[in-house]
Amino acid sequence: MNAPVNPANGNVGIVIVSHSPDVAKGTAEMVRQMVGEEVPLAFCGGDPGGGLGTSVEAILAAIDRAWSEAGVAILVDLGGAETNSEMAIEMQPAERQGRIVVCNAPIVEGAVIAATEASGGASLDAVRRMAEELSPA
Amino acid sequence: MLDEARRRALIETAARSVIDHADELTALDQAIGDGDHGLNMKRGLEAVLADLDSLAAKPLPDALKAIGMTLVMKVGGASGPLYGTLAMTLGKELPADPTRADLGRALGVAIEAVKARGKSEIGQKTMLDVLAPVADALTHGGDPAAVASAAAEATIPMKAIRGRASFLGDRSIGHMDPGARSSALLVAAISQTAEKAL
Repeated sequence: MNAPVNPANGNVGIVIVSHSPDVAKGTAEMVRQMVGEEVPLAFCGGDPGGGLGTSVEAILAAIDRAWSEAGVAILVDLGGAETNSEMAIEMQPAERQGRIVVCNAPIVEGAVIAATEASGGASLDAVRRMAEELSPA
Repeated sequence: MLDEARRRALIETAARSVIDHADELTALDQAIGDGDHGLNMKRGLEAVLADLDSLAAKPLPDALKAIGMTLVMKVGGASGPLYGTLAMTLGKELPADPTRADLGRALGVAIEAVKARGKSEIGQKTMLDVLAPVADALTHGGDPAAVASAAAEATIPMKAIRGRASFLGDRSIGHMDPGARSSALLVAAISQTAEKAL
């Protein structure tokens, strides 16, 4: 799955992980249209066999595509997407691990608000906080 | 002595026990989950079998770590990281030719790793509800396969707190947890093969 070419800047990157390739792609399209090209962005959806689900391999590749020295915020939909994203983070090199977070936020709204915050140069912490303000306590 | 032929038998029997019950696992998961557990486990374990020659040639700890990594990459869903973490932790904790006591202790450590990965506890209608009594039986005595089978049955009246089944709340009551069932299948296959082999 190819994300749009990522701009080489210091903004936090956004990764969208859905069980559905269509939801992942559609969410990424909304982010691009509403936020623009200022944020490294990648998405993935579907299990290793091409059905609905998530794949650690695809998440690892998406993190690489959206990688920024400022870090990467991951937005997920249902349970397996979160578990697989956490697994992917643990499989990253040590120097990256502290700079990748899974946001506890709804995937579409969270991705748009996180990308909006990231496009202004906010820190990874600030991006995550802003996305998570959308979540019920 | 756990030689290459016995490692091969253990890996192959364990993988086949779940692959052969893929339809049953899928039916259980359709009742309370998203209906992909059988298919996901089958895909992951078929990838393990495809690598059987090289896995059986490795010492047990290395074979388990490699199996864990394959499950993480190939299963998909939450069961990939959960079973992958289980196998990788067992690989880290077990010696090349483990005793029953080694198995009990290593499984105890692996259960803690699976709890952390799934953010879940015993009693929440998951694979942990089978693995924990099995670890106890390995350490304190008892037939692991019989304990696992009874423990999987005991998930039927439980209410799911974690995973997709938790969306159902009380409606998850009355169905066996698919992860508990796949764990029981693995325990039965491994303990039967190990008894013959060890």
